[in-house]
This record gives sequence, structure tokens and C-alpha cells, in this order.
Amino acid sequence: MKNLRWLTGFGILAASILFVMLYPILSLLSWQSGFLAHSFFILMLCFAMCLFRVMAGPTPADRAVAIDTLGILIVGFCAILSVPTGRDWYLDIAIAWALQSFIGALALAKYLEGRGFDE
Amino acid sequence: MNSLQHAAGMIFIVIGLGFDVFGCIGLIRLPDVYNRLQATTKCVTLGTCSILLGTFILKGLGTTGVKAILAAIFLLLTSPVAAHALARGAHKSGVKLWPKSVADKYEQDRN
Repeated sequence: MKNLRWLTGFGILAASILFVMLYPILSLLSWQSGFLAHSFFILMLCFAMCLFRVMAGPTPADRAVAIDTLGILIVGFCAILSVPTGRDWYLDIAIAWALQSFIGALALAKYLEGRGFDE
Repeated sequence: MNSLQHAAGMIFIVIGLGFDVFGCIGLIRLPDVYNRLQATTKCVTLGTCSILLGTFILKGLGTTGVKAILAAIFLLLTSPVAAHALARGAHKSGVKLWPKSVADKYEQDRN
């Protein structure tokens, strides 16, 4: 009974993830459709993978790497959002996020080395 | 926007999305901090730069396209530096390598 419940839950989870991954690809089949309006669902799958590594990473270095990757992915997310909406201030957010993600990664690296922030 | 420009931009964005997905699969599947770092920092950086290049092709040479090219150049300049600093910090904080690893040149150079 417990195995059946686990199997049902895992099936629902896998089906939802596959649907999220395949839903924008289905809109590629019709020419000049709104693929870009749906394509950030693929990046949301990548966000879920990075957050899983933040949650389950065995060492602090894994979590730092996953946070750095998440910061780079958000830049692409903002760039994709700026195309179908037509608002160019999403790219301002992307540039600012890239800057602060770089500084945050350097600060995390210094923390991992065990040095102080003012050396 | 003519049809050729639209098709080229879409192709670049689809290639970038594929690179992002495979980089994040490598982040989950690989066994070690250093392997995960070398999987993600190349795949995700180049995938995001491909997405920004596709945005530039779709939008043309306006304010949006120039901002996209600026973000791509900034990302190409800063992401290897951050990855190198993270790998150095991880090695200095004493993270063990995967047991099947072959060589550790950085440890040999420090001794």
C-alpha cells in the first residue's frame, strides 16, 4: 500500500515535470506561434534542478556553485521575458543581476577560503 | 521583422535553452564539486550568451539589442573569473576529490 502511494506520487510528479518541459516544445509545431511566450518553463525546470542542488549538496562548495549557476540562469530568464512582452527594462534587471551575482560569487569564494572580507 | 531574422533568432534561443538544460542535468548527475563546476560554468554561460545573442538578432540594433550584447560581453568576461575563484576556494576549504579521480596538480604544486 505504501509502495503504491509512493509510485502514484512519483508518477504524478514525473508527468508534471515532463509536461512543463514539453509544453513549449509542442507550440513549435505550428509556424509563428508563441513559443517564446512559453519557453521560460524550460528555464523553470533548470531553476528546480539548481534549487535541488542547493537543498541536497553535501558540502558548502556545492551550494555556492548552485547559487552562481542560478544567478547566470536568471540573466537568460530576463532576456527571454523581454522579447514577447516588448519591455526593455527586463534587460536592465539582467545586467544588474549579472553584476551582483559576480560580486556575490567572489564573496562566497573568499568565505570558502576562510579569509576575512577586508584582506 | 522579416521571416529570416525571426528564424535565426529562434534557432539561437532554442540552442541556448538546450545548453542550459544539459548544464543543469550535469549539476545534478555528476559526482564531485569540481565536475559539477566544470559542467555548469561552461554550458550555462555559453547557453545564456546564446540566448542573449538570439535576443539581439530578434530585436535589431536598438536599445534592447545593445543592452543584450552588453550583458553577453559582461557575462563572458566575469563568469570564468567567478568559477575559478569558487574552485580555488573549494580546494582550499578541503573538499575531497571523487575517489576515482586521476590527478590533482594543484595539490602537487602546493607541496
